[in-house]
Amino acid sequence: MGALEIHGISRSFGGTAALSDVTLDVAKGEIICLVGQSGCGKSSLLRIIAGIDVPDRGRILLNGQPASGPDAFIEPENRNIGFVFQDYALFPHLTVEQNVMFGLKGIPKAEACKRAADVIAQVGISHLSGRHPHMLSGGEQQRVALARALAPKPDILLMDEPFSNLDRGLRERVRDETLSLLRQTQTTVIMVTHDPEEALSAGDRVVLMKDGRIVQQGSGYDIHDRPETPYAAEFFCAFNKVPGLFSGGHIETPLGRLPHTLDAADGEQVIVYLRPQGIAVSEKNATFTGRVRHRVLMGEIEQISVDVDGLDALLQIRTMQRVPPDADTLGLAVLPESYLLFADLEHRAVTLA
Amino acid sequence: MHRMAVSIGYRKRGQRSGALWLACAIAMALLVLLPITALFVQAMQGSAGLWLHLLENVLPIALRDTVILLIGVGILAAVLGTSLAWLVTAYDFPGRGMLEWALLLPLAVPTYIIAYAYLDILHPIGSVQGAIRWILGYTSPREFRLPDIRSMAGCIILLGFVLYPYVYIPTRAMFLTQSGNLLDAARTLGISRRGLFWHLALPLARPAVAVGVSLALMETLNDVGAAEFLGVRTLTVSIYTTWITRNDLPGAAQIALALLLVVVTLVALERWARRRQRYSTGAQRHQRFEPHRPSPIKGWLLFAAGALPILIGFIAPALYLSSEAWKRVQFAGLSERFFAEAFNTIVLALLATICTLAAGLAVAYANRLRPGPISTWSYRVSTLGYAAPGSVVALGVLIALATFDQAIDRAATTWLGFATGLLFMGSGLALVYAYIVRFLAISAGGIDSGLARIPASLDQASRLLGQTATGTFVRVHLSLSRAALTAAGLLVFVDCVKELPATLLLRPLNLETFATHLYGEAARGTYEEASIAALAIVAIGILPVIFLSRVGRTG
Repeated sequence: MGALEIHGISRSFGGTAALSDVTLDVAKGEIICLVGQSGCGKSSLLRIIAGIDVPDRGRILLNGQPASGPDAFIEPENRNIGFVFQDYALFPHLTVEQNVMFGLKGIPKAEACKRAADVIAQVGISHLSGRHPHMLSGGEQQRVALARALAPKPDILLMDEPFSNLDRGLRERVRDETLSLLRQTQTTVIMVTHDPEEALSAGDRVVLMKDGRIVQQGSGYDIHDRPETPYAAEFFCAFNKVPGLFSGGHIETPLGRLPHTLDAADGEQVIVYLRPQGIAVSEKNATFTGRVRHRVLMGEIEQISVDVDGLDALLQIRTMQRVPPDADTLGLAVLPESYLLFADLEHRAVTLA
Repeated sequence: MHRMAVSIGYRKRGQRSGALWLACAIAMALLVLLPITALFVQAMQGSAGLWLHLLENVLPIALRDTVILLIGVGILAAVLGTSLAWLVTAYDFPGRGMLEWALLLPLAVPTYIIAYAYLDILHPIGSVQGAIRWILGYTSPREFRLPDIRSMAGCIILLGFVLYPYVYIPTRAMFLTQSGNLLDAARTLGISRRGLFWHLALPLARPAVAVGVSLALMETLNDVGAAEFLGVRTLTVSIYTTWITRNDLPGAAQIALALLLVVVTLVALERWARRRQRYSTGAQRHQRFEPHRPSPIKGWLLFAAGALPILIGFIAPALYLSSEAWKRVQFAGLSERFFAEAFNTIVLALLATICTLAAGLAVAYANRLRPGPISTWSYRVSTLGYAAPGSVVALGVLIALATFDQAIDRAATTWLGFATGLLFMGSGLALVYAYIVRFLAISAGGIDSGLARIPASLDQASRLLGQTATGTFVRVHLSLSRAALTAAGLLVFVDCVKELPATLLLRPLNLETFATHLYGEAARGTYEEASIAALAIVAIGILPVIFLSRVGRTG
C-alpha cells in the first residue's frame, strides 16, 4: 500500500482542463518531483492532494483511505498533510515559534513546545524563534515554513516551488540542506518545480507534466537520457533538430551518415534530436564543417553557434574544448549515442541512443 | 480579479465546511431585502387616486427640486473636490501638508448641521451681515442684505462645501497613485504644466470623480434636515412630511419608490461615467509626481484658495457652534437631558455597530470561504442598503416591523391574554435594524478589503495545520484584519450617530438622540441646547477624519 494513490484525477476551471486523468502512486519515504511549464497542472494536482481543491473526477487515497472522490472527502485539516507554499504563507502576526506551534494542537503544551523547539533546531534557526516573519530573510522564512509543515509529523509533505523565491546561490544550499533533512526523516515528499535541473537533482522520481497530463515518469537518469517523447526530450535539454532520411541502414543528414538500429523503410523522413554536447570539435575526425556565427563563454563550457550547409537553423555546440579566438570554420563530428530518433513525432515514440 | 485570487475552492459534494457562514450571509441578504420588499408591497396598496394626487401635486415639485439640487451639488462638489485634489498634488506651497488632511474636515459636519449653523451665522440681523453692513456703511438690513440662505442656491452651496471631500479623497488618491510617471512622460512630450491638468490628470481621474460625485449625491438624497431648514422640498422631505404630518403611509411609500428610482438612475450614471475606465495600477513602483514650487506670494494665494473651503465647510460652523455651546453652558450648565441624549445616541450607535460588524463579517467571510454565485449575490444584495436613502430604509423597516409587531401583539392577546405592544418599534430594535441595513455596506466592504489583503495561502496553511474554517477565521483572519475591523466599526459608529432621517422616523416614543434633538429645535426655530448637541456630533464626526487622514499619508 502506497502512502498516496492518485487515480484518474480530472479538474477543469471554467471549461479549461487543468488536469485530465492523472494517475500516480507514491511510496512511503519517496521524494517525487512534479515538473512542467507553468500552467501544466502540477500545482493544481498538489492542491487537490492537499484537499484545498476538489477534483471533478477520480479519487485520491491516503494510506489506503479514500480522501477525495465521489464517496468521501476528508477536509484538509484532517488529512495530516504538510504544505510548504511558494510564498511560504507564514502568519505575519505570529512569531517563528508560534507559527511552528500553530499545527500542534491537541497535544499537551509542554510537549508541543518541545516538538516545536526540536523542529526549529533541525532546520537550524533556533536563534530566530522569537522573531516575526517580516524580520527574516527569504532563506530563513523558507526554513520556518518547512519547520511549520514538519512539526505535526505529516504523512506526506507537499512543496510548491519551495525554492523559487531564493537567490541562485542560496537556493542550491537551502535545497541540499532541505532534501538531506527530508531523507533523514524519511518523509514522503511531493515537490513541484518548473526548473528542469532542480527536478533532475532533487527527486527519487521525476514526473513530467504537460497540459494536465503526465508525459513521462522515472528516475532522473531515465527521463533525461531516455525521453519517450520530443516534448520530454526538449524539456530537459536544448536539442538541435536535424532533418534526415533513412537510407541503406543509415540516416543521411547534412552532418553526415548516422548509424541507427531502427526498423525503418528506406526513404522515410526523420528528425534527429542531437544534444549540443554531442558534437565534438575536431579537425582530425571531422565529418562535416561549420562556420562560426556566435560564441558565448559560460565558464567551463563554451556555447558556439555554427552555420552548416544544408541546415536552416544554426547548430548549437557545447564544448569544454577551447577553440582559438580567430577560428572561422570548425571541423565537427557527431559523437555516438548523443542523438535520439522519434519514429512518430505526434505520439509515443521509439527512441534510439 | 481579486475574487479569483482568494477563491479557495471549497466546493461541491461532500464539502460542508463553511455552510453555516454561507447560511448567515444569505440570511443577511434577506434581512436587507425585507424592508425594500415591504416598501413595494405597501406602495402597491395605495389607491389609484392617491397616485394621481401625488403625480399632480407632490412629485413634480419634489422631483424638480431634487434634480436641481443633485445637479448643483454634483457640479460644485466635483469642481471643488477635483481642483483641491490637484492643488495639493501639483503645487508645493507653505501649509500644503496641513491642507492635505484639513480638507477632509468638512466630512465631520453633517448636512443638517451646516444648514443649522449657517441659518444663524448668515441671519440678516446676525453678526456676519452686521459686520458687512458696518464695513459698507449701511445701518439697517432694509438697506442691504445678502441673498437669503434659505433658497435652492443656498442649499446647493452649503451641501457642496461639506460634501466635496467625497470627491477629493478618491481623486487625490488617483492622482497620487497614477500620475507620477505618466505626468513626467507627458511633460517630456511637450505638454505644459497647466495643460497637464486638462490633458492628462482630469481624464485619468474621471473614474475617481464619478465615484466621489455619486457618493456625494447619495448623501444629498439622504439629507432631510438641510433641505427642510432651507425650504427646499426634495423627495426625501416629502416622504417625511407625507408620513409624519399627513399620516399617509402608502403615499410615503410611493414617494420613496420614486426616490429609489432616482438612486438607480444615479448608480447607472456613475457606472456609465466610468465605463471602460479600469486603469490597472500594476505592480510597478509609482514615481510620485514632483510638485511645482511657485513664488512665495503665489504660494500664499494658493494656500488661501485651499483654505477657503475648510473655512466655509468646517471652521466657521465649528467656531459658531463652539461659541454658542459655550454661551449656553455658561448660562445654564449641561442639563440632565443632554446626558440622557448622549447615552441614547451612544448606546444605539454602539449596538448597531456591533450588529453591523457581525453581519459584515458573516457576509465578507462567506464570500471568501465559499466563493460562488450564492455568496456573491448575498454580498451584493446585503450591501444595497447604502445606496438607499435613510428615509427609504426607515420607511421599509417601519412597514415590515409594524406588521410583525401587530401580529405578535394580536397573537399574544389571543393566546396569552396580554398585549405585547410594539415589540420592535417600541424598543428601538427597529432603529438598530435600519442602521444595519443602511451601513452594512461600509462594514462588509471594509472587512472584505481587509480580508482580500490576506493571501489565500494563509487560509490553506491553517487548514492543513489542522484548523477548521471557523478556527482559521478566529486564529488567522480576526487577528490579521483587526485594523480593517476597527476602521469599519469606527465609520459605522459615526454614521449611526450622524444619521438623521432613519432616527427621526424609527426612534421609540420620547427617545431623543443628539441628531433628533437638533432637528427638533431647528424645526421649531428655537436655539436652546441644539448647539451643544451639534457640537457633540461634529466632535464625534472628526474621529474618522483623523483616521482617513492617516490612511492618506501612509498610502
